[in-house]
Amino acid sequence: MAECHPVGYQWVMEARDRGAKVFHIDPHFTRTSATVDRYLPIRAGTDIVLLGALINHVLANELDFREYVLAYTNAATIISARYRDTEDLDGLFSGFDPETRRYDPASWSYEGDEPGEGEPREGGIRHAEAAGSDSYGARGAGASAQPPADPTLRHPRCVYQILKRHFARYTPERVAELCGISEEEFAELAEAITANSGRERTTAWVYSVGWTQHSVGVQYIRAASILQLLLGNMGRPGGGIMALRGHASIQGSTDIPTLFNLLPGYIAMPHALRHDGLDHYLEQEGADTGYWGNRRSYLVSLLKAWWGDAATEDNDFCFGYLPRLTGDHSHYATVMGQIDGTVKGYFVVGENPAVGSANGKAQRLGLANLDWLVVRDLTLVETATFWKDAPELETGELRTEDIGTEVFFMPAASHVEKEGTFTNTQRLLQWREKALDPPGDCRSDLWFYYHLGKLIRQRLGGDRIDRPVMELTWDYPEEGEHREPSAAAVLREINGTGPDGRALSSLRQLKPDGSTTCGCWIYCGVYAGEVNQAARRRPGSEQSWIAPEWGWAWPANRRILYNRASADPDGRPWSERKAYVWWDADKGLWTGLDIPDFDEHMPPDYRPPEGARAEAALAGTDPFIMQSDGKGWLFVPSGLSDGPLPAHYEPHESPVPNTLYGQRANPARRILDRPENPYNPPMSSRFPYVFTTYRLTEHHTAGGMSRPLPYLAELQPAPFCEVSPRLAAEVGLVNGGWATIVTARTAIELRVLVTERVRPLRIAGKVVHQIGVPYHWGYGGGGMVTGDVPNDLMPIVLDPNVFIQESKAGTCDILPGRRPHGRALLDLIERYRHG
Amino acid sequence: MAERMGFFTDTSVCIGCKACEVACKEWNDVPDDGFVFRATSYDNTGSLGADTWRHVAFIEQDGRWLMSSDVCKHCTQAACLDVCPTGALFRTEFDTVVVQPDICNGCGYCVPACPYGVIDRRERDGRAWKCTMCYDRLRGGMEPACAKACPTDSIQFGPLDELRERAEARVERLHADGVLEARLYGESPDDGVGGDGAFFLLLDEPETYGLPPDPVVTTRDLPDMWRWAGGAALTLAGAVAVSFLRVSFPRVPFLQASFLRRR
Repeated sequence: MAECHPVGYQWVMEARDRGAKVFHIDPHFTRTSATVDRYLPIRAGTDIVLLGALINHVLANELDFREYVLAYTNAATIISARYRDTEDLDGLFSGFDPETRRYDPASWSYEGDEPGEGEPREGGIRHAEAAGSDSYGARGAGASAQPPADPTLRHPRCVYQILKRHFARYTPERVAELCGISEEEFAELAEAITANSGRERTTAWVYSVGWTQHSVGVQYIRAASILQLLLGNMGRPGGGIMALRGHASIQGSTDIPTLFNLLPGYIAMPHALRHDGLDHYLEQEGADTGYWGNRRSYLVSLLKAWWGDAATEDNDFCFGYLPRLTGDHSHYATVMGQIDGTVKGYFVVGENPAVGSANGKAQRLGLANLDWLVVRDLTLVETATFWKDAPELETGELRTEDIGTEVFFMPAASHVEKEGTFTNTQRLLQWREKALDPPGDCRSDLWFYYHLGKLIRQRLGGDRIDRPVMELTWDYPEEGEHREPSAAAVLREINGTGPDGRALSSLRQLKPDGSTTCGCWIYCGVYAGEVNQAARRRPGSEQSWIAPEWGWAWPANRRILYNRASADPDGRPWSERKAYVWWDADKGLWTGLDIPDFDEHMPPDYRPPEGARAEAALAGTDPFIMQSDGKGWLFVPSGLSDGPLPAHYEPHESPVPNTLYGQRANPARRILDRPENPYNPPMSSRFPYVFTTYRLTEHHTAGGMSRPLPYLAELQPAPFCEVSPRLAAEVGLVNGGWATIVTARTAIELRVLVTERVRPLRIAGKVVHQIGVPYHWGYGGGGMVTGDVPNDLMPIVLDPNVFIQESKAGTCDILPGRRPHGRALLDLIERYRHG
Repeated sequence: MAERMGFFTDTSVCIGCKACEVACKEWNDVPDDGFVFRATSYDNTGSLGADTWRHVAFIEQDGRWLMSSDVCKHCTQAACLDVCPTGALFRTEFDTVVVQPDICNGCGYCVPACPYGVIDRRERDGRAWKCTMCYDRLRGGMEPACAKACPTDSIQFGPLDELRERAEARVERLHADGVLEARLYGESPDDGVGGDGAFFLLLDEPETYGLPPDPVVTTRDLPDMWRWAGGAALTLAGAVAVSFLRVSFPRVPFLQASFLRRR
C-alpha cells in the first residue's frame, strides 16, 4: 500500500500512531513492510492457506462473534443433502464435469432450493461462459429469502458445520509448510486479529491485485470475507475489506463499466441466446427478494436514460437495442480472436496491453493481425508503435511490411485537462475541475466518443438496424471552441430525472413504468436538488468524522455499506465505542452518523409477510440488503464458478505439489492452451523459481504515464529483478549486473538488485526461491528509460469467475548475464520448452 | 526579520515515496540527475547535488529498511555563505540560506565549504545550486513543495522553535514506545554549525544515513588560520629576505578548511 497508494497510506501511518497494530503479508519486503509492526513473508499464491487457517483458528476455538454470526450471516442455513465438499472429493466440490472443466452448482443450494432437472441455475456452467458471476460484484444470485436454518448450529449440514469440516485441515503446520510462515508468526497474527475483533473493536483487511491476480483470485477475497463475517467486522466502522484499485477511478469504471458483461450499476449484460425480451431477462437475472428485487426499475430507468422517448412500454423500453453477449468477450478472449482473425478492430483507451497485459507477445501478435486499431493515450505507448519496435521484429516473428493494421493514434487530455468525477475504492465520487486546456489536438474521452457518435449518426440512415444508434439520446450541451460536451450534464443524466424533468434525489424514487430515467441506479442522488453533490468540499474540521459533505458516496451518500450490522439485532450499537447507526425507538427511526441501509422507519422487529418482494422481503435484522436472504454469505449457494467455499489450489505454474488435496490447481481455471501461450510444466526442474510481479511507487502501471517523465523515470531507470543473496550466490548473479529470466513464453534481460529483503522460504521440505519483478518498463513508447517487458514472461491462465490473469505467481529460471537476441532467443526458449 | 523557519524531517514515518524529490524538481525546475541504475537499494539519484535538492536515502539493514529524505541544512553558521565572494549566497528574512543564480559566478568556493557536502556546481552551467527552502513559496505564504507533497508528514515545515519542541516530544513518544534508537540530528544550537535550520529524527547513527556525525562550520577556524597564515607569511618573507629568493605568498587553503578542522 505504501508502494502503490502512498497518499492513502498516510492514514495507515496515522492509525499506527493512534495505536493500531499493522501486519503486512507479502512475498516481497516493500516500503509497506518497512513501516509496519510485523512483516510476514509468504510464498506467492498461498494466501488461502493462511486465511483458511485463520478461519479454522476462529472456528476451532469458538472465537467467532456468535451473536453477529447467528443474526447476520448464513451460518445457520442448511445446505442441500446433495452437496459434497472438497473433504469428500479430495479437492473437488460436487458438480464438477471434467469434460468441460466446469461446475454445475445445483448441489450447492440451500436445502429446499435445489433446481429441478434441467432447470437453469445461476453460476457454474452458464455463468462461466461469459463470466456471469462477475456481475455479482454487488449482489447475490437467486436463493430463498427464508431458507431452513438451525440456530443451534448443530445440524451437520448447516453452513457453520460445513465450514468447520472444510477448514479443519488448514492448520498452522500447513501454513508453515505451504506459505513459509512459521507457527509462531501465525500465532501472533491470529491472536492479534481475534483480540482486535468483537463488540468493542474491529479489524480491517486491505488487499490489492496481489490477491486478485490468481487463477483462484475471487476465492482469496471470499476467504477474507468469511473471516471478517465470523469476526463481526463487516458493516462496522474500522472493519471491512478494502480493495485498493490499480489507479484512479477503477471503481468508477466498474460502476459505469468498461467490463464486457455488465451494464451500469452491476446489471448483467443480456445474452443473445438466453434472453428473449425484457420480462424473460428480468426473470432470469437475479432474485426477487432484497434490493435486486427492484431491478426492473433500475433497468427500465437506464433504458429511458439512453433511448428517451423512443423507449416505451410497448417496445420493451428498447431492451432489444442493447448489445448481447454470445460468450466470453473479455480481454484475453478478444486477443485470441485477433490472432485467429475474428476480431478486426480494436479501441485501446488509456491502456497499454503490449506492455501491461500478460503474455505480451500474444498481445502484439493480436495487434499485428487487426484491420484497424485506435489508441487514445497521453503519449505514443508501445501499443501504438508495436509495428515498428516490437521485440518480435528482431526475432523475425513479425515484419513491419507484413503488418496490415492501420493505427490511429488520438492524443488524449490528461485528468487535469478535463472535468469530471473520480470514484475511489470507498465508492466516493469526487468532482475535479479542469486546471488548464489540453494542448494541441488532445481531447477528453468524453469529447472523443461524443463527437465520434455524432459523426457515426451522420453517416447512418433510417434503416431499422441503425435505430439503436439513431434513437440514442445524444444531445449534451457543448462548451468552448472545441465543443466539449458538458460533463456535469452527463453526471446529471447518470443521476436521473423524474416525471417533472427534475433531478431525482434517491434511488427509491426509481419506477418500473418508464416515468423515471437513471443512467446508473447506484449513482442516483449524486445530483440531488440539482446540485452536483460530488463537488462538495466542506472541510473535515467543519463536520463529523464521517464527513458526509465531502464528495458523495454511492449509494445514497452512504459511507459504510451494510451499516445495519453496526447495531445489534435490537438496533442498539454493539458498543459505545463502535456506535454508528442505531434505532431510536422513541422517534421510530434509524439514526446515527451515517445514512442507514434501508428505509429509516423500518423497525428492527419487522418481519416480512408471506410473498413480500424486494426490500420488503427482508427482516429488520437483515443487514446485507443486496443478498436475496439479507445475510452475509459464509457459504455461497450460487453465483460462483469454482466452488461455494475457498480451497487452496496451487498456481497453474508452481514448483511444489498441493499437499492439501489431490487436486493440484483450481479445476475450473481457464486455460488457453495454444501455440502463442505455452505453459511451464508444474513442478518442473527447468523452471525451479517462483516469480511475482509488482509495482513501485516511482512508476505507474505499464509506464505510459511515468516513463516519459524525467522526474519519475530517473528514480527507477531500468527494469530489474530482486533476488536474495543466497539465490544470487547459487546462480552467480551480481548486484548491479544483468540477469536473464526465462519462461516458456520468452526470456527477458534485466538488472539485478541483490537484497536481504527477498528471503528464501522453506516450502514442503525444500528451499523455494522467489524472484521479484517490477513490471513498468517497455521497449519504447516515448519512454526515457526502456527495457524488456516483464509481462512477456507471464502466461495467460485465468480465474474462472472474472477472467483475470494469474500474474502474481509463476515459475521461471534465472541465468546470469544478458539474453540472446534474434533467432538465438527463440532457440533458447525452444530448448527450455522441450527440455 | 521574520521568524526563523525550518524543516523537521521525521524519518520514523518516511515511507520512501520520493514525492519530495519530485515536488522539489517540479517547483524549482531542477533538471533530471541522469538515468543511472545504481543497484543501491531503491536509491537511483545517489546523493544531494546540483540537480537533486531533496534526496531519499534507502538503507537496508537486517529486518529494517530505513528511509530518510535529506536536504540542505540551512545552518545557523553557514560556511557556504561565509566564503561566497559575490554575495550570491545570502541569508533570507526567514533565516534560510539561498543562492541567487543570477549573481553566482560559479567560483565553486562554497562547494568544499559545506560540511555536509550539499551545495554543488551544475556541470551544464557551472553555477552552484541547492535547496532554497522554496524561498519564492515562503514569500508567497506557502510551505515548501517537498513538505506540501509529503503524504505522511515526515517532512514538516514551520517556525524552527516550534519544530524543535515538536521533535523533542516525538522522540519522547518513540522512546516510550520502545524505539530507543530514535534521536535528533542537527537540532541543537550548540553543535558545530550553531544548529541546523533543517534537522532530523533518525533511527540510527548519522553515519548510517551518510550524514557527518559531528559537523563543524568549516570557516570556524578561519580567523585563527588567517593569523597562522599571516605569521607564516611573515616568517617566510623573513626567510626570503635572508636567502634572496623570489617572494611568493602562500596559497591559503581555506577552501580545504574542512580537512584541517579539529575540535
